[in-house]
Amino acid sequence: MPDGDGTSMLAVEGLSAGYDGILALHDVSITVPRATITAVLGANGAGKTTLLRTISGLVQARRGRVSLAGTDLAGRKPEEIVRAGVSHVPEGRGVIAELTVEENLRLGALWRRDRADRAAALAAAYELFPPLASRSRKPAATLSGGERQMLVIGRALMARPRLLLLDEPSLGLAPKVVASLMHLVRKLRDDTGLTVLLVEQNARSALAIADQGVVLNLGRTVAVADAATLAADAALRHHYLGF
Amino acid sequence: MSEFVSFTLGGISFGMVYAAIGLSLVLIWRATRILNFAQGAMAMLTTFIALGIIHATGSYWAGFAGALAAGLVLGALVERVVIRPVENKPPFNAVIVTIGLLVALEGLAGIIYGGQYRSFPAAMSINGLRVGSTHIALSPADLFVIGSVLVVALLLAIVFRYTPVGLRMRAAAFQPDIARLLGVRVGRVLTLGWALAGLIGALAGVLVSPSTFLYPNSMDSIFVLGFTAAVLGGLDSPLGTVLGGLVLGIVLNYVGGYLGSDLETLFGLLLLVAVLMIRPAGLFSTARTRQV
Repeated sequence: MPDGDGTSMLAVEGLSAGYDGILALHDVSITVPRATITAVLGANGAGKTTLLRTISGLVQARRGRVSLAGTDLAGRKPEEIVRAGVSHVPEGRGVIAELTVEENLRLGALWRRDRADRAAALAAAYELFPPLASRSRKPAATLSGGERQMLVIGRALMARPRLLLLDEPSLGLAPKVVASLMHLVRKLRDDTGLTVLLVEQNARSALAIADQGVVLNLGRTVAVADAATLAADAALRHHYLGF
Repeated sequence: MSEFVSFTLGGISFGMVYAAIGLSLVLIWRATRILNFAQGAMAMLTTFIALGIIHATGSYWAGFAGALAAGLVLGALVERVVIRPVENKPPFNAVIVTIGLLVALEGLAGIIYGGQYRSFPAAMSINGLRVGSTHIALSPADLFVIGSVLVVALLLAIVFRYTPVGLRMRAAAFQPDIARLLGVRVGRVLTLGWALAGLIGALAGVLVSPSTFLYPNSMDSIFVLGFTAAVLGGLDSPLGTVLGGLVLGIVLNYVGGYLGSDLETLFGLLLLVAVLMIRPAGLFSTARTRQV
């Protein structure tokens, strides 16, 4: 099995999940190798967000299993799954606008026992995103769209995750900001060995940095291949990716 | 003039009791969007427990501490046993559950303690302090009421603002799903919130019972006025609730003093209705919109 071989970080096998009797995911299987970026692509309603929400425990799986570096995550709550090493940055960013920038960041590592460790994580977040450091005491509501994106990614990294789930990070951002965001995700993979599952509507910029791509349609997997192959598949691009 | 000062001073300690009940309601409302109609009944029960301890030990302070501890436990218990099953259901379910709990607790108290009015001791002397040669309408007991509510409100503000537990509680109140993704054990946070609300309610019960007597329904009107204090403050604001309680206590004391004490509760209800009609966001709120 791919779990035991020590190279895969995430293994999703035969996963079905949904809301109130409607299945949004049917029998989806994905293997994400360590220190790679996997782009999850597809139109609205393809099941991309449900996939991430099921991995992080917000949605319960009906069938199939999710395992992180060989550990089964079945039945665990989101607050336990983050402790296992999965950080999920949800769609629409999820900044807690009423809290300050620093409070948002600190929340990301509050469950970690070691105080020095938490302080180091905070310093690292400010180093990675200097604009956040100068606004640390301001309410998060005052940040721009790009700064909010920095905040939620910085907050997710506070947990020192092994696997980062990013849901539509480019949504509503200017092209220049999207480019620097994608650059950052690649840098995290290369410098820290982070494994990333990246859900995107913007298939072109996602495939540009991804190692592997998964295309979902109506909750089913229609293609799994390395990113370059997917980007070169004219029919697939035309039908599912829109570029 | 001296009458006016006298009514003003006399209203402050009642106002702080309304503020305490209001705070306990706001704490739960902010965290869960549930209005706990049983808050007064819970405070009544913990005050009976305090009275039992006072009679058994002869110590007011043992009873006082016992009431607060009982409030803490009762609040946590209510959340875990009664509220947890309806937490993710429509909010109306929880409202019905808390009303049911109110009726059940008052019935239980009637069975255990009977329906007669019991006197409850005050912490300190209830004779007015002397300023120069005149007694003013403020006793050491009043000062204790005012001081203890202020201390608890201040401690609460500090916990919320400056501690990791407070940060978790605020995060869970504003965005529970995001908080869970960040590792906040929201279930435990909710239990803690109800426990703290139970403690503050218990404090209010012990503080007000020397003036109202203690019986199974004794906290009903205090609950309504505490709720009014919270509504005056916008239901979301602890500081607004304390101010709301203060204003309400003083205004009702004017009503009682100048017009007759029978009108106090009626006037409190009218005020509640008026605020809900004219300024539902509360007198002191900055009326910001809520994110969903």
